[in-house]
Amino acid sequence: MEKIIKSRVIKYGDGVNTDVIFPGRYTYAIMEPDEMAKHAMEDIDPEFQNKVKERKIIVAGRNFGMGSSREQAVTSLVYAGIKAVIAKSFARIYFRNAINNGLLVIEQKEAADFIEDNDEVEIDTEKNEIRVRGKTFTFPPLPEEVLKIVEAGGLINYVKEKIKREA
Amino acid sequence: MGKTFVEKVFSRKLGREVNVGEIITIEPDFVMSHDNTAAISGKFNKMGAERVKYPERLVIVLDHVVPAAQEKYALNHLIIREFVKKHGIKHFYDVNSEGGICHQVLSEKGYALPGYIILGADSHTTTYGAFGAFSAGIGRSEVAAIWATGEIWLKVPESFKIIINGKLPEGVTAKDVILHIIGNIGADGATYKSVEFTGKVVKNMSQSSRMVLANMAAEMGAKNGYIAPDEKTFEWIGDRAKGEYEPLYPDEDAEYEKVLEFDVSQLEPQIAAPHTVDNVYPAKEYEGKRIHQALIGTCTNGRLEDLEMAAKVLKGRKVHKDVRLLVLPASWEVYKKAMKKGVIETLIDAGAIILNSGCGPCLGAHEGVLARGEVAISTSNRNFKGRMGSKEAEIFLASPLTVAASAIEGKITDPRKYL
Repeated sequence: MEKIIKSRVIKYGDGVNTDVIFPGRYTYAIMEPDEMAKHAMEDIDPEFQNKVKERKIIVAGRNFGMGSSREQAVTSLVYAGIKAVIAKSFARIYFRNAINNGLLVIEQKEAADFIEDNDEVEIDTEKNEIRVRGKTFTFPPLPEEVLKIVEAGGLINYVKEKIKREA
Repeated sequence: MGKTFVEKVFSRKLGREVNVGEIITIEPDFVMSHDNTAAISGKFNKMGAERVKYPERLVIVLDHVVPAAQEKYALNHLIIREFVKKHGIKHFYDVNSEGGICHQVLSEKGYALPGYIILGADSHTTTYGAFGAFSAGIGRSEVAAIWATGEIWLKVPESFKIIINGKLPEGVTAKDVILHIIGNIGADGATYKSVEFTGKVVKNMSQSSRMVLANMAAEMGAKNGYIAPDEKTFEWIGDRAKGEYEPLYPDEDAEYEKVLEFDVSQLEPQIAAPHTVDNVYPAKEYEGKRIHQALIGTCTNGRLEDLEMAAKVLKGRKVHKDVRLLVLPASWEVYKKAMKKGVIETLIDAGAIILNSGCGPCLGAHEGVLARGEVAISTSNRNFKGRMGSKEAEIFLASPLTVAASAIEGKITDPRKYL
């Protein structure tokens, strides 16, 4: 994981669900990463593909990623270049999928309220801080067991290393 | 202090006491995947795994786009069949009349059992909680990890107890109850929690109705739903069970983060308006809203009692000429029973078309998607923007009674006048 993630943000509201992040009509066919990235957020934000060229952090309200267990709702954002999502809260399966695919997800209510669209935000993953417009917000570190997956670069790598160790 | 269901089920599995908030590594009894199995097998291969650790624990059901609607879906199914063959997966339900929608199939074929731990690559895996199982949705990478290692990490969640009291009035169903509760606590009202449904109304509900509650626990953000198994449950399971089981019940003095009580004696038919499941009103507030498509079925409301409810309203009547009424039985077992009882004939006579069992239009993949500007009323569990096709379409969620009555009138209708 990068120590510092610095970027302008794209801001959304509450309840951004998996169907608008990555529509179900694309979900059950094998699709290449580039193609997946192109469909990210297409039902909620037609401008997303332009915005994401420069802006690598999403900020959102409550229950980000509610709905389906589809992992493309995480990976399509990763392939589109998103490095982190800061939200007031995350849906349970989304949170797990994000960790397992190396997308940094930070639950920080005050920061999610304070940050405005297009703000320049700096996330410090060592100090667990979000810095924006002269303000600093802290967030709790992940539990140790979960951090191991993040440090391995996601669950696939984590299991890969485990299988190698045990062989 | 007593223990909740979820504390008990994990404690028994691990052979030690677990605590809320603790992260545990656990081996599920079964792990379910569907049309996403091909994508999962890709992740499995990337992990460098050569063998599935416990092939007998995998249950694979093709249901999301069946039969294949386009070549790319056919290819997806082909990859799955090759995987099944290569790894000797016995519990495989292909596109034939043994199958149906994954959650119904796992219930009918005796995988959903009291006290079992079942994880699945689908958010509505919560359904098996209606049988007193612990069941939760997980992601594709996680299923691949379970195939490879047999285990996965889970956090022991806090629990909510939702007590449903009173007596359900005529024309008001399990679907209305759960929509009412979700409307009340919100789509994130139980995020991460283990939700235990209890109370007189739940006790009096059929097993199929209980499955509606557990299915839609996912729509309040819950990790799992749980309903105490009783005689009705054991009778339903009968000789279907794939293994021995020992039910687990929460202690009377268990500790809950929240206890919520609902009295449903005065409840009216409910409706979830676009575009969130917690946007709930009495159906009559939307009376007169024109509809173009009506869907009765899915893993939420596609069981025999649901089709019977629809048939009761539609018997001797006709679907409005400007409405397409689609019926989607939850499994072929349901389909056959409905045929024998004359339910299918009643529905066809009314003007409905019967789809083959599967997920079909619920997720906008095929078999009846919506065009821009169209309005659907559906017994399914999600009304997100774009879910059933065009992002400029609207989806309302309701009970089979409300959907059937609305199909007759061509506009949203409180069903009670048809009963």
